[in-house]
Amino acid sequence: MSPAPTSATGQDPAVRLSDVHKSFGTNKVLDGVSFDVPRGSVTTIIGRSGSGKSTALRCIDRFERIDRGEITVCGHRVHEPSLDLRALRLDVGIVFQSYNLFPHLTVEENIILAPTAVKKMPKAEARELARRVLAQVGLEEKLHAYPEQLSGGQQQRGAIARSLAMQPKVMLFDEVTSALDPELTGEVLKVIEQLAADGMTMVLVTHEMAFARGIADQVVFMHRGKVHEIGPAAILSSPATQELAQFVGTGL
Amino acid sequence: MNLNLDFSVVLERWPSLLDGAMVTLQLACIATVAGGAIGILCAIGRRSGPPVVAALCEIYVEGIRNTPLLVQIFLVYFGLASIGLQLSAMTVAALALTINVGAYTTEIVRAGFESINKGQIEAGQGLGLSPAQVYWHVILLPAIERVYPSLTSQFVLLMLASSVTSQISAEELTAVANYIQSDTYRAFETYIVVALIYVVLSLVMRAGFFGIGQLIFPRRRRLGTPL
Amino acid sequence: MGGSLNLNHLLFLLQGAGWTVVLSVLALVGGGILGFAVALCRVSASRAVRLVSGGYVQLIQGTPLLVIMFLTYFGLPAIGFRISPLAAAGASLTIYVGAYLGEIWRGAIQSVPRPQWEAAEGLALSRTQRMTRVILPQAVRIATPPTVGFFVQIIKNTSLASVVGFVELARSGQIINNSLFEPFLIYSIIAVIYFVLCYPLSRLSRRLERRAGQGRGQTLAPA
Repeated sequence: MSPAPTSATGQDPAVRLSDVHKSFGTNKVLDGVSFDVPRGSVTTIIGRSGSGKSTALRCIDRFERIDRGEITVCGHRVHEPSLDLRALRLDVGIVFQSYNLFPHLTVEENIILAPTAVKKMPKAEARELARRVLAQVGLEEKLHAYPEQLSGGQQQRGAIARSLAMQPKVMLFDEVTSALDPELTGEVLKVIEQLAADGMTMVLVTHEMAFARGIADQVVFMHRGKVHEIGPAAILSSPATQELAQFVGTGL
Repeated sequence: MNLNLDFSVVLERWPSLLDGAMVTLQLACIATVAGGAIGILCAIGRRSGPPVVAALCEIYVEGIRNTPLLVQIFLVYFGLASIGLQLSAMTVAALALTINVGAYTTEIVRAGFESINKGQIEAGQGLGLSPAQVYWHVILLPAIERVYPSLTSQFVLLMLASSVTSQISAEELTAVANYIQSDTYRAFETYIVVALIYVVLSLVMRAGFFGIGQLIFPRRRRLGTPL
Repeated sequence: MGGSLNLNHLLFLLQGAGWTVVLSVLALVGGGILGFAVALCRVSASRAVRLVSGGYVQLIQGTPLLVIMFLTYFGLPAIGFRISPLAAAGASLTIYVGAYLGEIWRGAIQSVPRPQWEAAEGLALSRTQRMTRVILPQAVRIATPPTVGFFVQIIKNTSLASVVGFVELARSGQIINNSLFEPFLIYSIIAVIYFVLCYPLSRLSRRLERRAGQGRGQTLAPA
């Protein structure tokens, strides 16, 4: 487990959301959301479906534009129209619920695509990198397999490796185990735990409460578009609000 | 009734039949390459172009798909003539077939684009790929691989449809057949032979497209499954 | 080259369009009956029947309609069968449409989910009963959008009957053109009439397809 950095270091947080508002039509999804993600720490966002937790995560990588407020990620001012989107996405890796490996490419080709196309890395070097990140997720032997030949868990680990190959400073995980059979979630969670131990800054939206409790330096509980409760993992054991108590109680 | 069939007088003309078959294949190849390119461009125009371009592409596609090739050929032929362009029958034929198959290709590629889900595109964006890179690697290439079977069937149908260009005297296989039958008075035998040549040509084209598919889609070569 | 385009010419074209519709419906009915038989043969329990019907489909789908037209109109008289332009065009289109509709409908029959076949078998229905009571009603729903789409192809394909002298829309245009010699104008009018006949059906086919939730474009057969 990475040590939670204290706010006293004076370092800017990796991710900062301040008073973020976002609506889809008349539906207010984010209603003044603020929280910090210190460098090298793990934040998990929990909450019922529709609470705005996935939207909050997607705003960090600018898959959604916010209506009001500020988001700063590794120095990138995400809320500004002048944002250099490419630079932001070089610093931020994102992994989705539905894996989204490119089906027409092998695992290796999936991994080397962005380093060679975006960073102009020579192919040989990118291949070497692919081997390394696949070893990190325990998938070396699937280098030349196509996504359809892999189980869901293997595909998701491949997607994590693909993201790691861009050497991001922050990684976002959007319910990455929700589409998996229960017996396959373990292998993916283990990979994420290892990343946390290596000191990667991460934000995870998850339904796995035991996992969220185990890995998080900070837990953000969202309810009706607001941060309803925020604190160390211990808040899950002793919720301060009735809503969180209920949420933890139902196990969802 | 007179059922003593004589194929020999037709088969004697094999050099002209071969010439005709080659012209047919040539027309099919030109129209496949040019029409394929037009189709891909129009599909992109319809998906991502400004509204005017998208509308123009749609008018083109619907206009072609809802009128007969025969009429299109005459329109190109007489249209070019009316603005003073005297082109060879072969050029007009290739042009008309290209315009025709371009519209069908647009429709097929568009269906391929629609089959790419949003998550794939977001994954590409999340990796920092530029919009053009996302278009190429995440949308266009997998879409083409997915619709490749429909595309190639369409190109075979185009080869068969090129027989209609005999009506403006393009010297392809059907025109050769018309000439042979009027010369030998063996219409039945001539058209039977020519029909079989067309069957062979479509088998050749299918085999060719299969080979090309194996060559350009490594996934298909290794797994043999549709994408 | 006498006169200019007048109302009589337009009426003549509309009459041709009428024959285009007649021939199209003829081809749909004839080709539909043949195609239905072909589809059933293609899923038959007998291997020989499957092979023969498959060979027929392969042969026709590898031959241009125009060559089939020539074969019936010029070929048959050459071996002693006299045949009128309408009969030649109707027969050619029937043979042609039968192969394509047969394939479309075979696909529809085979895309009725496997469990439906098994459930019908489990109810101890005979093979005929399984077909008529369970499979075909579902196949009809699957087959409707592509069949409507293919009817558009049929309408366009009837234009080839003009080359054997049957006076449908395209041929009417040629006849008028012979006296007016305004080919671009006349073929433009003809194209518009074809479009008016085909476009609503194309739209209908696409709407049905969307409603059926299968996003597959119907893009068979130019010509």
